Amino acid sequence: MKLVIGIVRPEQANQVLEALHRAEVRGFSMSRVQGHGGEVERVETYRGTTVQMGLSEKVRFEVAVSDSFVDKAVAAICEGGRTGEVGDGKIFVVPLDHAVRIRTGDSDEGAVTPVSR
Amino acid sequence: MNTGIDTGDTAWMLIATALVLMMTPALGLFYAGLVRSKNTLNTFMMSIAAIAVATVTWAAVGYSLAFDGSGDLIGGLGNAFLQGVDFAPREGTAIPELVFFAFQATFCIITVALVSGAVVERMRFGAFLVFAALWSVLVYAVLAHWAFGGGWLISGGTLDFAGGVPVEMASGFSALAAALVVGARKEWGRQALLPHNAVYVLLGAGLLWFGWFGFNGGSGFSTGDPSVLAFTNTLLCPACTLVVWFALDLIRGRKVTAIGAATAIIVGCVAITPAGGYVSPGWAMLLGALAALPSYAIIVWRTRTRVDETLDVLAAHGTAGFFGILFIGFFAQADWNGVSDGLFYGNAAQLGDQALAALAAPIYAFVVTFVLLKLIGAVMPLRASDREEAMGMDVVQHGEEAYVTGEGAILLLPDDVGKVAVPVADPG
Repeated sequence: MKLVIGIVRPEQANQVLEALHRAEVRGFSMSRVQGHGGEVERVETYRGTTVQMGLSEKVRFEVAVSDSFVDKAVAAICEGGRTGEVGDGKIFVVPLDHAVRIRTGDSDEGAVTPVSR
Repeated sequence: MNTGIDTGDTAWMLIATALVLMMTPALGLFYAGLVRSKNTLNTFMMSIAAIAVATVTWAAVGYSLAFDGSGDLIGGLGNAFLQGVDFAPREGTAIPELVFFAFQATFCIITVALVSGAVVERMRFGAFLVFAALWSVLVYAVLAHWAFGGGWLISGGTLDFAGGVPVEMASGFSALAAALVVGARKEWGRQALLPHNAVYVLLGAGLLWFGWFGFNGGSGFSTGDPSVLAFTNTLLCPACTLVVWFALDLIRGRKVTAIGAATAIIVGCVAITPAGGYVSPGWAMLLGALAALPSYAIIVWRTRTRVDETLDVLAAHGTAGFFGILFIGFFAQADWNGVSDGLFYGNAAQLGDQALAALAAPIYAFVVTFVLLKLIGAVMPLRASDREEAMGMDVVQHGEEAYVTGEGAILLLPDDVGKVAVPVADPG
């Protein structure tokens, strides 16, 4: 059981969603974050004030999956998030100690496996 | 003061001109709310750019081509570069020609801005500036001459009170051509591309309606009966469009939508634009109610097509303008307008004159815009790259963002500006 964290460009977020859907990865959360990787800065000017934007808008996906879905989730985020330019983001896979589905109290593998309604 | 000037008329026309100029930033706000947040400024700036570009082209040649002389197809160059435009009354009015010029300039400006709705979120700003300059002369000024300035439509008897031909049908059908030439946004038809701020949309529509009292109410160039009639019809007609739009929304989706309401305001104002000073208040209300139907149908149908005419300029302006122009042919009433009756009052010829305008203006606007954009596209790219489109036009075209937080922004002192940007934290 792993937590897959994918940080991608906001403009690629919809592609990532589509790719996750195709990979049948159903449960995840996403949030807007700001980050900095190796991308060249954007320089913006506001009425004479010129600034270098050190942080870029990113979208962070968090997907808790059973071991058999880790590769699929990683591949889907890669596929959806890639443009080939610097700044496409990163994926981190971290171990997950424990998971609980609040509605039923199911834990661990049962909690991260989607149930059919 | 020159003889032949009416102070009351002039006072009203000065205010009306300011009201119409305000409509262009209002349109910018309306359009900005309808696009995604990353394109807010670019979309708004296309309207601001219309004020810049169209005012200059209008002063240079546009006004003259539209309003100098009564040639069938195009005016002369006698008023080019404002030559002879002074305090003397404009022929047929009791206001100084300078005011008449400024009032007409605001019409040219907003029409150029309207067309931008077809190409937002992907057209390059530079290409739009070139397009705006040429379109304001080749399409707007020509159609303004046909309908207002003594050209073949007005001299043939077509009634167009405030611009069903040069403003509404011209922008609507040009928008269709522009959408076809520039092409759809890259995600069009695959992903939901939603409005990012419905409050801007409602506020923009409300300010447009407010300005429209100057647009229609000023198009009689006086404080006389036609202006008064058009002014009040500008209240009645859009209100009826709103009511019918609510009903259509309820029938289709069981909910009355805010962006639908904003659209209905525009559709109602457009429909009464050509007819304002020619139909009775009662018929204006019917016009508002009926005009909702074709525009609503086209908006529903358009999203199922491959055509990404992004902000529905054709449905709101082209279609409602077409409908309003034809409506005059049926319900114009000499008792109210002192000019002509429509078919319903026994004058079938008026309907013929209106139908001619409803045919000629869309064809001219579509064809010229299509060819013009193809030509501009041959010398410069019309649209941003896919990568730039994904990043958003605000950062790419203007180097600014609408909703900048300032987090992570490093102030560059004047000495640093122009040096190569370097990563602040090299990840090694």
